Amino acid sequence: MAATGDPILKAEGIAKSFGAVRALRDARLTLHRGEIVALMGANGAGKSTFVKILTGALRHDGGEITLNGRPCRFASPAAARRAGLIPVYQEPALIPDLDVAMNLRLGGTPVEAFLARVRELGVDDLRLDDMIRALPLATLRILDIARALAAEPDVLLLDEVTAALPTDLVKRVLAAVRAEADRGRAIIYISHRFSEIADICDRATVLRDGAKVGDLAVEPGIEEEVVELMLGQKLDAATQVARAPVQAGTIGPPQLELRGLSVAGRVENVSFTLRAGEVLGVVGLEGQGQDELFDAIAGFRRPDAGQVLIDGAPVRLRDPADAIAAGITLVPGNRAEALAMIRSVRDNIALPGVARARNWGAIPMRAEAARVQAAVERLQIDTRAMGEVRRLSGGNQQKVTIGRWIAHGVRTLLLFDPTRGIDVRTKRQIYQLCRDLAAQGAAILYYTSELAEVEQACDRTIVIFGGRLVDEIPAGEADEAHLLRAAYGLTARDRETAAGAPA
Amino acid sequence: MSDASLQPDGPGRRALLWLRETPIIALIVLLVALVALLEYLSPGIVNERWIGNTVKFAIPLAMLAACQTLTMYTGGIDLSAAAVATITGFVMATLVPHFGQGWGIFIALVPAVLIGLLNGFGVAICRVHPLIMTLGSGLIGIGCLQVYQRYTIATGSEVAPVLEWLGTGRTRSVPNALFLFVPFAAFVFFVQNRTGFGRMLYAAGANERAARLSGLRPWQLYFALYVLVALIAGVTGLLYAGIIRTTSLSLADPLLLPSVAAAVIGGTSIFGGRGSYAGTIVGALILTVLGTLLTLLQMPEGARRIIFGGIILLVTAIYVRLTDNG
Repeated sequence: MAATGDPILKAEGIAKSFGAVRALRDARLTLHRGEIVALMGANGAGKSTFVKILTGALRHDGGEITLNGRPCRFASPAAARRAGLIPVYQEPALIPDLDVAMNLRLGGTPVEAFLARVRELGVDDLRLDDMIRALPLATLRILDIARALAAEPDVLLLDEVTAALPTDLVKRVLAAVRAEADRGRAIIYISHRFSEIADICDRATVLRDGAKVGDLAVEPGIEEEVVELMLGQKLDAATQVARAPVQAGTIGPPQLELRGLSVAGRVENVSFTLRAGEVLGVVGLEGQGQDELFDAIAGFRRPDAGQVLIDGAPVRLRDPADAIAAGITLVPGNRAEALAMIRSVRDNIALPGVARARNWGAIPMRAEAARVQAAVERLQIDTRAMGEVRRLSGGNQQKVTIGRWIAHGVRTLLLFDPTRGIDVRTKRQIYQLCRDLAAQGAAILYYTSELAEVEQACDRTIVIFGGRLVDEIPAGEADEAHLLRAAYGLTARDRETAAGAPA
Repeated sequence: MSDASLQPDGPGRRALLWLRETPIIALIVLLVALVALLEYLSPGIVNERWIGNTVKFAIPLAMLAACQTLTMYTGGIDLSAAAVATITGFVMATLVPHFGQGWGIFIALVPAVLIGLLNGFGVAICRVHPLIMTLGSGLIGIGCLQVYQRYTIATGSEVAPVLEWLGTGRTRSVPNALFLFVPFAAFVFFVQNRTGFGRMLYAAGANERAARLSGLRPWQLYFALYVLVALIAGVTGLLYAGIIRTTSLSLADPLLLPSVAAAVIGGTSIFGGRGSYAGTIVGALILTVLGTLLTLLQMPEGARRIIFGGIILLVTAIYVRLTDNG
């Protein structure tokens, strides 16, 4: 269990830029045999980039990685594998249309060792001729881990491998991982769950803004310290200057209501009410069910249980067209999903006006042009490249996806991370737009991966963790530190006890 | 993220962009060049009569190519178009002796609509790829026609005189076929540019998910589209029977692949979301002139096909370069 000798993996001063964006400045990690190190960081800290560099999926611009004392620079994930570093990700890397044996043969995994690991991890009824497609996700996760272990790696990288696993399997996986470390293997463990990290990790390395900001031994009470490290001295000038208290407008009657919504095992029993004139923030770490939640409300996925109510009446959303008919419109996180990239700005903005079959007739061209022009002006869309949306900048593209609904009237707007990857000025325009729309009586559900945004855009914020709604935070308290704790599932209990205590 | 709008546009790049936005100009230049070459090789051939004939033969090609163009906007294709045209022409000729011109023509369009419904069902509801669906439905249609032929073999057939007038007649040296084609082309332009249906064809081809996010139910669009193009193919078959003045079980077969080629040469992307019927019309003219040219040069059939194939690949390669380096 104790770390001994020279580090098996050492990364120092790792830097990586994408164009003008510096994703990593000075990322560091030291790992000894027999040790489990948690790699932690908030959204945008550079964790994913660091993992990709360690596993050979990206090449670093600066810094040095040594594995087993030898400097190395992996040309590909396969090279990293050969050198003894094997990653296991949240989505099992198995080919659905082949059986287990064929998948093992593809990676050259020894079958006996694999089967032994599978049994150790608690799956007894696996047959080698089972098709991957037919196996449940939890089993696939186990197979993926067993396959990595069977290759006897020096360093194992586990990235959110317990997400969406049932509790008993999580326990088995954690125990197996700990046992591997005790046998002398080195493990990098990435998880959003503090409880898991407390259970099995020896140390935690924290990244912020592309650099290592802390390296601490895991002991009780570490959570607060880690959160502090992840936040740092948040004196981002841009956000400080722009900070204006949210003006609570007139909140109207309930417009969108969820009652016990569950979706595909990723969203469980979520209930909330969104009122007219309100911007309701949704906050969660990556992959906590927010994608499925938004898809379900927008009609792209059918919920397994629960109800969606519009103006108090239950609606059945079998298709996005049903949702739109009910006044619910989704602006997805990925702009490539929302835009006809090779069509013009006008075509894209005018789309909702002609999408329904009853509007397939002659287009009133003048009215349409006026409507599009009004949206372009209101959103200040750059008009230099109107011919094809793909020639616009990311910020202008996002304005087109929102502008489409401004031009056609909006009742309930679902914004999924609308400011992802766009510049500060455009971000502020989007916050202001949300406020304006709400002031005009729209109800807005606003998911964001940037916690600092919540204060500027939202009236109230709900926090989703592991598919469940774990907290609700009023506007005044939604500072970044509070939200981050809540997103890691840390405050809900405090709040309950506080509420239960006599005033 | 590449941000093309911020890059300086040099003159070369601007010329490329202009060419991409308006491929029709380049196509017309190509057409004129081919005609000039023809006149150079055989002085005096380009006269009123020749032009009339070229237009007459380009029209059914351009109409069948409308089926390909409209389906390609959505990323589809209609390989049953020639079969539908053949069936409609054939059935019309067998019905006219019994029911007269009006009813004969009307009833002959029923099988076209049926095949359109079948295609619509396959593509829209079962989500079969249009290539496979229309290939299959075309074969089924021709098979049914062969069965139908056995029962009507003794009853005689006659192409409706009105169609022969339309197909072969001239009014003051203008081919009568233009009386059908000009309103038809105007209709297609109107649909593609000025109707919500046309807008959604492009949008669904460019990004079906984006179209759904805007409220489109794709099945409705595909159903309407495949029925519409089947009707167009049927009308093409009627006209073509009038031009040829007889019918057979392979009436429109020679038009199928050129109809795809005309759309592609005209700048319509087979991947969807891009193109215009104007380009297709010029494409059909280019192919017709090219045919004359190759005949004039006394090319053997093999060489003609090689040149046809080569041109299609070349033009497609140019378009892909133009449109992907945006």
